[in-house]
Amino acid sequence: MYAFEVERPTSIADAVAALGREDAQALGGGQTLIPTLKQRLASPSVLVSLTGIAEMQGIRTDDAGLLCIGGGSRHGVVAKEVAANYPGLAGLAAHIGDPAVRNRGTIGGSLANNDPSACYPAAALASKATIVTNTREIAADDFFQGMFTTALEEGEIITEVKFPVPQASCYIKFEQPASRFALVGVFVAKFADGVRVAVTGASNNGVFRWTEAEAALASNFSPSALEGLSASADDMIADLHGSAAYRAHLVGVLTKRAVAAAK
Amino acid sequence: MAKVAMKVNGKSVSREVEGRTLLVQFLREDLRLTGTHVGCDTSQCGACLVHVNGEAVKSCTMFAAEADGAEVTTIEAMANDDGSLNTVQQAFQDYHGLQCGFCTPGMVMSATALLKDNPKPSEREIREYLQGNICRCTGYHNIIKAIMAASGQDVASVAAE
Ligand SMILES: Cc1cc2nc3c(=O)[nH]c(=O)nc-3n(C[C@H](O)[C@H](O)[C@H](O)COP(=O)(O)OP(=O)(O)OC[C@H]3O[C@@H](n4cnc5c(N)ncnc54)[C@H](O)[C@@H]3O)c2cc1C
Ligand code: FES
Ligand code: FES
Repeated sequence: MYAFEVERPTSIADAVAALGREDAQALGGGQTLIPTLKQRLASPSVLVSLTGIAEMQGIRTDDAGLLCIGGGSRHGVVAKEVAANYPGLAGLAAHIGDPAVRNRGTIGGSLANNDPSACYPAAALASKATIVTNTREIAADDFFQGMFTTALEEGEIITEVKFPVPQASCYIKFEQPASRFALVGVFVAKFADGVRVAVTGASNNGVFRWTEAEAALASNFSPSALEGLSASADDMIADLHGSAAYRAHLVGVLTKRAVAAAK
Repeated sequence: MAKVAMKVNGKSVSREVEGRTLLVQFLREDLRLTGTHVGCDTSQCGACLVHVNGEAVKSCTMFAAEADGAEVTTIEAMANDDGSLNTVQQAFQDYHGLQCGFCTPGMVMSATALLKDNPKPSEREIREYLQGNICRCTGYHNIIKAIMAASGQDVASVAAE
């Protein structure tokens, strides 16, 4: 690692001020950023740790019925605390990495990073979540802008994520066995006014909605509605773990399984 | 450099560290607590697992500065007061849950964290919990047996694979 300083502000305002310094970068749980720093793929001068900011912790339901999760909430905490309220999201959080990763990694860090194989982006997109930052609110549909790219500006931090809670939902991932990231992961969310299906791990453009499946499931929320439907392999990731066609096939299979298991 | 102060295995310590000093480096190089191992560069092996404020954490994936004010527990604090092996450690010996022993500190710390939350885990729960701990030697089977035994459960029921 190159040398840098670590700051630990206790308020969002102080964190934003610290991030205004040249080459400053936010540090969430460090479960992605620290391995990146070890490889010398990043060279910040200051890391601004967000873990000591009480305003970014905590999970609540607001007046509109949205489930609001502090941007600094760790995966393990989300897995426990939303289990009753939003089991699909809790199930996703409970299977990110391993217990030690879940004790540090945060929802804000995962969404900001937008790894094409990460789990949370699928939940945010399928749930039609709103990403709240220190300056504005961004709809999930506008937030994810391709592999490792988001709508966040320099120095902007995710302070909260607001999730509409679906009537039924489920996330199923086909794990890449070494890393446990999603080789392909599908999040299905059924709302009163329609169904949303978000796919991670599969596309070179990062998380995306499978709109054909959404249309088919809107009138008939059952695996049989997906018979004969297949996701296009164009622009799908092809690597040593699986070809584009294999990933496209998995999208179909996992979507059916997620619909069957949704609750 | 900045000053960090924390409690390690019940003792207050403070040192000047660089921002980039990892918790594991602080433990091994500054405090000479070399029981905590480093097995990878990718946060995947769990040899470095310690408890920070009672929770399992990979000490190679946290900065010492982030542990300022925390209580840290390492493998060095696991033995009984008279120096004999504690229940989990003894079970690892009894059931041959180690061969070279490189992964063992992390395995013991991980198992201890599991049993704190879930005193009678099923075989499946143990295997799932240990997903972040890699062992090159044992094939895991005897580690699972050791943890079943340490939790007072029937070891014979562990599926032979
Ligand atoms: C062994 C292992 C297995 C893993 N398995 C999975 C898996 O199965 N599925 C999965 O989805 N992920 C997995 N991860 C990644 C993990 O979920 C990370 O926690 C997550 O990707 C990043 O969150 P973080 O809080 O650790 O962020 P950091 O690593 O601290 O930061 C990541 C990036 O986000 C920025 N950032 C952090 N917080 C914020 C914020 N609040 N606002 C704006 N920007 C911010 C940082 O500047 C940095 O660019 C795994 C990681 C490891 C080490
Ligand atoms: S050394 Fe920490 S996970 Fe491998
Ligand atoms: S005993 Fe050798 S790595 Fe586990």
